[in-house]
Amino acid sequence: MSKKLTVQEIIFTLEKYWADQGCMLMQAYDNEKGAGTMSPYTFLRAIGPEPWNVAYVEPSRRPADGRYGENPNRLYQHHQFQVLMKPSPDNIQELYLGSLKQLGIEPLEHDIRFVEDNWENPSMGCAGVGWEIWLDGMEVTQFTYFQVVGELQMDPVAAEVTYGLERLAEYIQNVDSVYDLEWADGVKYGDIFKEPEYEHSKYSFEESNQDMLLQEFNDYEAEAKRLIKLGLVHPAYDYVLKCSHTFNLLDARGAVSVTERAGYLHRIRIMAKSIAKAFVEERRKRGFPLIHDEKERQATVEKYTKLAEKAAARAAKQAAKAKKEDK
Amino acid sequence: MAHSYLLEIGLEEMPAHVVTPSIKQLHERVAQYLKEQRIDFAKIQEFATPRRLALLITGLADKQPDVNESVKGPAKKIAQDADGNWTKAAIGFTRGQGVSVDDIEFKEIKGVEYVYVEKHVDGKPVAEVLHGLKDVIEAMNFPTMMKWGRHSLQFVRPIRWLVSLLDDEVVPFSILDVTAGRMTRGHRFLGHDVEIKHAEDYEAELNNDFVIANQKQRKNLIKSQIDEILAENDWIIDWDEDLLEEVNNLVEWPTSFAGSFDEKYLVLPEEVLITSMKDNQRFFCVRDHEGKLLPHFIAVRNGNSDYLENVIKGNERVLVPRLEDAKFFYEEDQKITIDQYVARLKKVSFHDKISSMYDKMARTAVLAQLLGQKLNLSDEEMADLDRAAHIYKFDLTTQMVGEFAELQGVMGEIYAKLLGEKADVAAAIKEHYMPISAEGELPAGKIGAVLAIADKLDSIISFFAVDMIPSGSNDPYALRRQAYGIVRIIAARGWHLPVMGMAAEFAEALAAQGLTPEFDVLHNAEQVHAFFLDRLKQFFNTQDLRYDVIDAVVDTKSDDIANVLAAAETLDAHKDDDGFKEDVEALTRVLRIAKKADFKDGVPAVDPAKFQNPSETELFDLVASLNKKWDTQTLAQNFADLRAMAPAITNYFEENMIMDKDESIRSNRLALLQQLADDVYALGNLDKLIVK
Repeated sequence: MSKKLTVQEIIFTLEKYWADQGCMLMQAYDNEKGAGTMSPYTFLRAIGPEPWNVAYVEPSRRPADGRYGENPNRLYQHHQFQVLMKPSPDNIQELYLGSLKQLGIEPLEHDIRFVEDNWENPSMGCAGVGWEIWLDGMEVTQFTYFQVVGELQMDPVAAEVTYGLERLAEYIQNVDSVYDLEWADGVKYGDIFKEPEYEHSKYSFEESNQDMLLQEFNDYEAEAKRLIKLGLVHPAYDYVLKCSHTFNLLDARGAVSVTERAGYLHRIRIMAKSIAKAFVEERRKRGFPLIHDEKERQATVEKYTKLAEKAAARAAKQAAKAKKEDK
Repeated sequence: MAHSYLLEIGLEEMPAHVVTPSIKQLHERVAQYLKEQRIDFAKIQEFATPRRLALLITGLADKQPDVNESVKGPAKKIAQDADGNWTKAAIGFTRGQGVSVDDIEFKEIKGVEYVYVEKHVDGKPVAEVLHGLKDVIEAMNFPTMMKWGRHSLQFVRPIRWLVSLLDDEVVPFSILDVTAGRMTRGHRFLGHDVEIKHAEDYEAELNNDFVIANQKQRKNLIKSQIDEILAENDWIIDWDEDLLEEVNNLVEWPTSFAGSFDEKYLVLPEEVLITSMKDNQRFFCVRDHEGKLLPHFIAVRNGNSDYLENVIKGNERVLVPRLEDAKFFYEEDQKITIDQYVARLKKVSFHDKISSMYDKMARTAVLAQLLGQKLNLSDEEMADLDRAAHIYKFDLTTQMVGEFAELQGVMGEIYAKLLGEKADVAAAIKEHYMPISAEGELPAGKIGAVLAIADKLDSIISFFAVDMIPSGSNDPYALRRQAYGIVRIIAARGWHLPVMGMAAEFAEALAAQGLTPEFDVLHNAEQVHAFFLDRLKQFFNTQDLRYDVIDAVVDTKSDDIANVLAAAETLDAHKDDDGFKEDVEALTRVLRIAKKADFKDGVPAVDPAKFQNPSETELFDLVASLNKKWDTQTLAQNFADLRAMAPAITNYFEENMIMDKDESIRSNRLALLQQLADDVYALGNLDKLIVK
């Protein structure tokens, strides 16, 4: 490796590389979230029959992981470089390895491994199968074939590649503390993030207003549910994200007992599930425009319309039955 | 001519723990398929790496053997019309069999004539049969299955290539969009795509492209590389076969290397260092000749020795933050008291439907005291048991266990000692988890053993009480394993404890201490007995006991596991004795007749004044004398005494009409037999023994 890439150069490199592989470059989504997976560009777009290839950087907040800017490896907020390709290309592993080469990591000069690591996010009704990728023993990427999202079976299956940017950069720049990373020429990661890390940790662990957060969780949940009923999928999803982050703040504060925890996660999952379903339905109504092959598009719309009609008939029957039983 | 056939399934990296079971599965399925297809073969060789499952079948027959078979058709009266012409039914049948009506013969079956044709079926050539491997592969099962791309097939990981070579010819078939051919892939980085000319070239060709496809050979290579490093540095290793197996299935071309970490981390307990290195990084730990852990490790790269320095440096670097975290946790964890950790357990759920971990410990403590009293523990032992039972889950709230969950119990013991607990109390914290597998090690200490029983029994009773009873393959809380663990501990210790029916006593003791839980402890309690008996059966099955002995002893109302174990041992020891048959027959006769008794208000006392024959007095005296010493004798001695009564019993039945017309005499006789039957039942239902 000649000159070491700065964090922003790593981002440029990955963006350029994945754009060349046919991914659209999106921007980070402007709601707090725990992982790039929760961006609507992944969570929603992974669902349904339309193809979707995307790459973006996602700042990800995990209040409980905050360490007041003192731990060299744990952060309140870290950055993920997220790639999602649906359907998963046959050469997705090779594409990934190609991205490492672009970053100056020659496989023959290192030990790169695909080590089993299946991923699950029960609160969003998500599960997938895949690996963590080891670079000389360090986990630098999470690689997942989504199997279930929002409790819907994937068809087609999306492959998600999530680089931990700080980890990767630490390796490339050969530094042991995230705060010593060079973000851009002459500006260190610590210069930018040490203060917010401290403040967010202080806030999350000591200063957050629990009563307010509890109230907000309930309000956000009510709003999300109302919006789901109106078929306003995206605003509803924004409120689910808010619920999720609010819950994470409460959790970091130790305000949630173990038993309650399961209850909150269940509430979020229920919403995520109905949004997933509603999203597919909204896309169907729009005729799945991202399927560019016209014949395939029509066939898919037809298939989903039949499914929707069946579901509607079943729902009507149940409603009628329930009504009868009421009488 | 004998043929060789190569089948290779090329995959994206499989989970290491799946590789070996998967190649065995493929081997079995293919062998089974060839057997069903009547294709002979001499040998099947297995090859497996993270990226491939392959079989080389040698000595394969040319084709299936030809067969002649006689096929039955319709009855003659249906096959021919009145004029003797062949009907449509006959023509259709022969066409279906690939012959003509000229081939029809008649055979008589039970007086009716039927159409028969003799059919010669040519065996299919082997290549044709091998096409069917497609279905064999698609039918494979894995612990975790996945879909990929646009496909709906579920497999362990995406299939990326297939090799199917009969000698030097491709036997084509396709799975999804992958068509089998002769191209395989070498090592992901060191190798290339490789064309296999002949099935038997497989291993050598891959070896040229940096893949050691033979698992055993690969493992031996890793071992010898590590041995070399050990010799060079004068180190000792604890061979961890599971880790070696895992590492072996993470590489195709292994190169072992040594790395180091800062000595300052050696202040950490060994278990922590080993866990950090093994579980997270798959490193082998090394020791000096005194057995002291050294600040070095050995790891295995998937590649050759080029640029090995990068790999070593990287692996050393990864370890630092992990050890740094562990050291931080270790130091921080010692800053607060055990009682503070225990208080935190109020916020840790044992199970949503049951209680917090804190309340679980409180219940276990009550149960442990009940068990301790029954075992006549000394005051000191009772006090230690009580202390252990009140703190034994405390380490779950330490930072170390939060990070390394697999160290639960282990850290508990270490911290408990550091924080001033007695050695047997500390050991019990670790031992209460034991045995952690069906064959796992049992608690070595007495306190640990009692606590292990109490903790498991509370879990079983509690989960049953909230209707979470294991069924089929569904046993998420491993209650079967826990019950089995109790059986094993009791078998090892010979403790007489009524664990199979303690719920009522437990509920009472909880109530007495104001600890009655929100759920009803007695709900489903009656099912606990049968649940344990099933585990006992499982235990006996590992001991080569005759099934009728097992059936007899598990047909019991006893709540005492040790008693059932003793009954099995006793019956097994004497089943081949002279006179065993006669004695058992006499005793089972008692059981059968006693069944006719129906004492709703308990068995009445036997009144000797109502005896009419001397045999009654004789049996009465024998039963009375046995019952007097029953509790002071072993079950084997009691059984010997029961057997000794056989002649008296036979006499008794000869002289006395049990079902006498006089109700009071009948009842008196049944009462005596019932008393005796209760004794016999201490061994189980002897009626289930097969005596010849």
